[in-house]
Amino acid sequence: MAASVDIARPSGIDDPIVTVENLRILFPTRDGKDTVKAVDGIDFDVRAGETLGIIGESGSGKTTLGRALVSLIKPTEGRILHRGLDPATLTGAAFRRHRRDYQIVFQDPNAALNPRMTILDSVIEPAEIMKDGDDHTRRDAGLAALARVGLPRDLAERYPHQLSGGQKQRVNIARVLMLRPKVIVCDEVVAALDVSIRGDILNLFADLQREFGLTYVFITHDISVVSHISDRIVVTYLGKLMELGPAEAVVERPLHPYTQALLSAEPVPLPSALRTSRRIVLEGEIPSPVAPPSGCRFRTRCPVAQPRCAAEVPAWREIKPGHRVACHFSTIEGPPQRVPNQQYHAGGE
Amino acid sequence: MAGPADMPAATLTPPRDRPAASAGARALLEVRALSLSFATSDGDLNVIRDVSFSVAPGERVGIVGESGCGKTVTGLALLRLLPARSARLSGEIRFEGQDLATLPERQMRAVRGRDIAMIFQEPMSALDPVFTVGDQIGEAYRAHFPADRREARARAIAALAEVGIPAPERRCDDYPHQLSGGMRQRVMIAMALICRPKLLIADEPTTALDVTVQSQITDLLQRLSEATGTALLFITHDLGVVAETCTRMITMYAGEVVEDAPVDAALTRPGHPYTSGLLRSLPGLSARRGALPSIPGRVPSLLAMPPGCRFQPRCGHAAVNCASAQPLVERAPSHRVRCCRARELTLPGAVR
Repeated sequence: MAASVDIARPSGIDDPIVTVENLRILFPTRDGKDTVKAVDGIDFDVRAGETLGIIGESGSGKTTLGRALVSLIKPTEGRILHRGLDPATLTGAAFRRHRRDYQIVFQDPNAALNPRMTILDSVIEPAEIMKDGDDHTRRDAGLAALARVGLPRDLAERYPHQLSGGQKQRVNIARVLMLRPKVIVCDEVVAALDVSIRGDILNLFADLQREFGLTYVFITHDISVVSHISDRIVVTYLGKLMELGPAEAVVERPLHPYTQALLSAEPVPLPSALRTSRRIVLEGEIPSPVAPPSGCRFRTRCPVAQPRCAAEVPAWREIKPGHRVACHFSTIEGPPQRVPNQQYHAGGE
Repeated sequence: MAGPADMPAATLTPPRDRPAASAGARALLEVRALSLSFATSDGDLNVIRDVSFSVAPGERVGIVGESGCGKTVTGLALLRLLPARSARLSGEIRFEGQDLATLPERQMRAVRGRDIAMIFQEPMSALDPVFTVGDQIGEAYRAHFPADRREARARAIAALAEVGIPAPERRCDDYPHQLSGGMRQRVMIAMALICRPKLLIADEPTTALDVTVQSQITDLLQRLSEATGTALLFITHDLGVVAETCTRMITMYAGEVVEDAPVDAALTRPGHPYTSGLLRSLPGLSARRGALPSIPGRVPSLLAMPPGCRFQPRCGHAAVNCASAQPLVERAPSHRVRCCRARELTLPGAVR
């Protein structure tokens, strides 16, 4: 099947469909004494018609970010604009009407479906809430959506427990399509699926994007998936953005030491003779988002950290056109090289 | 049974010479025609059928396959950790010449944790939340060797140091909830290796972990296996982890072993269409933004297994002979495939 470039992708640097401005999302800890800084001051755009991949380890704030993009969580500070409009300023019916354009598909296909509703009822429920058409047209639209995602007609009257994981995820996609959204946030949508059917679901997402001109924000921890489907990739760490750039550049020539380490940690299914990349082993694990390190958040695990990294928060610099990085020492050539005599490790066990 | 009496102190000294893990070496574990079914209200549910493979001393073998293919239950069956009331086991599990399948429970308990240890996917549910990790590691040792609490604690601290936990004297007194996911899995590994088992069964030990922590844990398992001569049976769905950690790869499908080959051979020239399909499904091997290959259909239900080759309904290479039962055939030395067309097919692997 033909790949890459297609109709519904306006060159769009000036065409942001979602704009994130200085976004912070804080949650109180259970005892109320502290705050979890899930998202802590980030800025980026999502361009109309693109697939933006968001990658990061657990605890990096990517799920919180995804939920905030579709107004499921309110920003603590900063704002998210949908085509220039701040949905937080809308109320009631206007807010509901607005949200149909910004949808989300969740990780666990089982938990996302009501076990006591038939597949068809689940699929047409969003249209009922939106009062689209009448019972008859909704039913037809629901059946058409199920057919579009490749499910046989006889599944419509069944219940979720009678379907496989892959089929359930197709149902969730069909349900979102009912509203003809503009943006779909996909939060780990293939993580729960087996490898052999993952490809089918990812292909379906690509086909739907071409057909409906959809914009995707694809949240995942799987580097091979994100690099396959994305136009651009955002790398998150502990509530901050580390790097953002064209997918190929981020994967082939990363600029941030964290991106480089993350890529090198991915196990490659190649015979020993063909495995070349040297692994950069990061020490320790992601620190607590309650008390993140000062300066650069990654410095406690960074193999090339310097004293400056503890003192100063790195600027979000555009080093190459469309390629940003938050590291004091990255250059157009790539991440900083290890300087043996200047090893510096601040804190962290 | 090789005597556990000559157990060395808790040092890094390997308890036995590191054996050559070649195909010709005498097997440490030899599984022959292992089948397992569960008695259910719908009748007997056959979960694994005719599973045969062997593990040489010090060898690292990966068992791969998708969910429901029987890999976890195979690992549990080797240690007889299945509900005795409903599980029906047949076949042989020869471990150092002794058949674990028929061993009396009392003797089996002496094998578990001592000669064969196991670690699981979710370390939090495998650890007891109300005891310190030091107590739990020490207990694993005291279950098999006469030692007082003080010695057990010293050995636990040494074991924690060995798996790379900083400040082990302090961490020893921590409770599981005070440790991160990666640390907990290190504790599980320390506990599993404290008796210097000859075989470690690791069931998806890194699946719940982030990729940067996963690489720390697989490196650790590989290093410890090489240093102590412990053989590793690595159960995972991640072909990349097997490629980097193991020397041999066993592919399971619908409760059967469909391929058993050296890792590099399985990756470059897979003999079974299912192994090939799994490798081709990985996104890293397709052109960016291109369509991804997948395997059509889904794993058959245990109650409705197709006759003959179980993969046949999903196989693009199915022929007339596939309708009859498929034995494992030798395709090359130490490369066995459960496919009657194994010798004639040339299937694509992980190399573009």
